[in-house]
Amino acid sequence: MAKVSVRFFARYAELAGCDSSAVTVSTPATVHDVIARIREVFPGTQAMPARPLAALNRRQVKLDQLVRDGDEVALLPPLSGG
Amino acid sequence: MMDLTRQRIDLADLLAAVQSAERGGTCVFLGTVRNDDDVTGIEYSAYDDMALAEIERILAEARDRWPGSRVMLQHRLGLIPVGEASIAIAAAAPHRDAAFAACRYVIEEVKKRLPIWKKELRGDGSATWVGVHDHR
Repeated sequence: MAKVSVRFFARYAELAGCDSSAVTVSTPATVHDVIARIREVFPGTQAMPARPLAALNRRQVKLDQLVRDGDEVALLPPLSGG
Repeated sequence: MMDLTRQRIDLADLLAAVQSAERGGTCVFLGTVRNDDDVTGIEYSAYDDMALAEIERILAEARDRWPGSRVMLQHRLGLIPVGEASIAIAAAAPHRDAAFAACRYVIEEVKKRLPIWKKELRGDGSATWVGVHDHR
């Protein structure tokens, strides 16, 4: 099992109802598996796109990236900086 | 000087951070909040840790591409009223071509890569998140 910190931003934080939390997933697990778990724990996040942008430990990654215990997964709405 | 700030952007600080006797060209880009569609201001939020790391990567890429250049940026967060700057980029290089190119590179990468979001606030009290598929 891996305990992964989760961070939500902007609209996704509104959908989740919080900015940060943690979920536990069976290993081996990918970012995609973490997102599937998030959709169960935070039903509001089911309104997110099927494949949202995600960052693992502060770097944007593809959803098939493996996660480890203690990692931080962040779900990023479409970026709009500048 | 902080790359992310909740204060008004100070261009003098930004210029001082990039200019030197060897750099004869300096280019500044300033992005300000527009009054489109009754917008009165934009609330900016960020994934601060990742944004700071990404800014460092973008600035390092600019240094590698345009040797001898120095680029700095400041992105403001929080509520920014129409007419005030949300981002400033200053690029100084030995000659103007590199200064313009480096400045352009950094703003385009910022738009694509920084985990920053904006919510437009309107005069009628409504607010909407800005998505990636529009022209802003």
